[in-house]
Amino acid sequence: MSRAAIIDAGLFATLIAVVLVAQAAGEPFVITLATKAAIFALAGVGLNLVLGYGGLVSFGHAAFFGIGGYVAGILASHAMSGQPVATFPFTMQGSNEMLAIWPMAMLLAGLAALAIGALSLRTSGVYFIMVTLAFAQMLYYFAISWPAYGGEDGLSFYVRNTFPGLNTFDPIQFFAIVAVLLGLGLLLSALIVRSRFGLALRAARAAPGRAVAVGIRPFGIRLTAFVISGMITGLAGALYADLNRFVSPTMLSWHMSGEIMVFVILGGIGRLAGPLAGAGAYILLEHLLGGVSEYWQALLGLLLLVIVLFAPGGIVGMLNGGRGR
Amino acid sequence: MSALLVAEQVLNGLQYGMMLFLMAAGLTLVFGVMGLINLAHGALYMTGAFACAAVAAATGSFWLGLAASLAAAAAAGALVELAVIRRLYARDHLDQVLATFALILVFSETTRWLFGSFPLYLSLPAALSGAVSLPGGLVYPAFRLAIIGIGIAVAAFLFWLIGRTRLGIRIRAGEADREMIAALGVDIGRLYTLVFALGAALAGLAGALVGTIQSVQVGMGEPVLILAFVVIVIGGIGSIRGALVGALVVGMTDTLGKAFLPQLFALAMEPSAARAVGSALASMLIYILMAAVLIVRPQGLFGARA
Repeated sequence: MSRAAIIDAGLFATLIAVVLVAQAAGEPFVITLATKAAIFALAGVGLNLVLGYGGLVSFGHAAFFGIGGYVAGILASHAMSGQPVATFPFTMQGSNEMLAIWPMAMLLAGLAALAIGALSLRTSGVYFIMVTLAFAQMLYYFAISWPAYGGEDGLSFYVRNTFPGLNTFDPIQFFAIVAVLLGLGLLLSALIVRSRFGLALRAARAAPGRAVAVGIRPFGIRLTAFVISGMITGLAGALYADLNRFVSPTMLSWHMSGEIMVFVILGGIGRLAGPLAGAGAYILLEHLLGGVSEYWQALLGLLLLVIVLFAPGGIVGMLNGGRGR
Repeated sequence: MSALLVAEQVLNGLQYGMMLFLMAAGLTLVFGVMGLINLAHGALYMTGAFACAAVAAATGSFWLGLAASLAAAAAAGALVELAVIRRLYARDHLDQVLATFALILVFSETTRWLFGSFPLYLSLPAALSGAVSLPGGLVYPAFRLAIIGIGIAVAAFLFWLIGRTRLGIRIRAGEADREMIAALGVDIGRLYTLVFALGAALAGLAGALVGTIQSVQVGMGEPVLILAFVVIVIGGIGSIRGALVGALVVGMTDTLGKAFLPQLFALAMEPSAARAVGSALASMLIYILMAAVLIVRPQGLFGARA
């Protein structure tokens, strides 16, 4: 195994170990924190695909995170009330089965990514950053002003959705679900990066002119990566909704987009387990600094500044001894 | 829907557009000259608003507060440029986004620590607190008219500054070729600090003016920042003229959409559904407009490069 692969596996093993120790010590709160970190990490894994490997700075991934969350929330609330979600063109009932919610969340997040990506990828550089941000904001304002699902107040569903054979209310069992999905997400992104498609994606980032010259059409490749990325982040959103049993427009806000980006960068951009290290560190910092001061985000901001200015490789970069990607 | 009501909403849109122009002008200058995307522009807007509120409360004079907003935002801008931003010019946009995102966190939380989370309210200066009767029988708040006037004055000043002065020549030269003008003996570092402080002062002015008609609170800058992004994407990045046209288009579209779309839908639907659909659509309207501009002209209306 390469050093990078050992670090990736080590980070994942650390997450599992933390949870097992917490379970043995009877600390369900720590398990919930770890679950939150794993969900954020999955959202980051999605973003890392376009940001790290594709070089596309999407500042609007909260859109997909929020769509995933709202799909989970809306389906669950309809399952509770017994009203169908839609009656046209066919009747669609609500659901509280995770196995039904996830594909729906990924489908809708993927469709949104297709539409947003098709428009945003016409631009590049700083325009791309602003345009993805603006589209996410559009959905944010839509969620605020659309009254059917709580509008600004958000939507609560009191019972966590179910998974066959498991009790999702038990923190460790819910964590197990999230950890398996995170593992699959990491595996998928490792496979994508190594595939011909992943090579083409990285070629389009590193040398767009040469990529075109050897017959790669960057637009299609980038759009495909953007859609896959949106779907992964959408799945994370559905899990996050289930963790809190609550969705609100906050999940769609630009602040969320910034945070998902921070997970990726803090951990190390374009590194497989970077989002996991970043999300873990973020949750840990939130917890530690939150105990120091109510205004912990100012400290987080300073820390982030130091990392951006002086340690561009992030945590995984430091673990890897500052070696290149 | 009387003509008077339409005229009032048009003035509201104009006032909103002028405020957006003050924000967008600084953003577009900083991007055009330094190639820097500055998310912390909204934090400078907030700084201006809080400086105005604090000084106006201490001295009782709104005008001193307004002067303080310009000074405080320009000083904060210059400080931030010297401490952080100048390390970012050579970096890629991603580092710029992250570092300025970090700056927002620092600014917001420090302000919350200093002033608390509750909104502050400013009282209008006595000279502008009344309403003005306009020809045609329209009565309109004097302060909002003053904002329109200030916006026009700032636009004129910027066109003069960029187009007619020595500093403007240097700014345009810096936009075109920074190595060349550095080789010609212009202190490029000082020029950048100056441009950044100028943009910051305009944002601070906008913050103080809007803070006076709404409220002054932590986090007030970010919604405006994102609208300013939409403005410069529509207008074309780096162009002051584009920022002006984009700001007016966005200000008008948003104001008129929010005022009239629900009524328009009410012609064809029952009132409650019309209000829901109309207001949801109105809140998305400027983004739809932006998407449309991007499809037709990805580089924006007045932008040179994509």
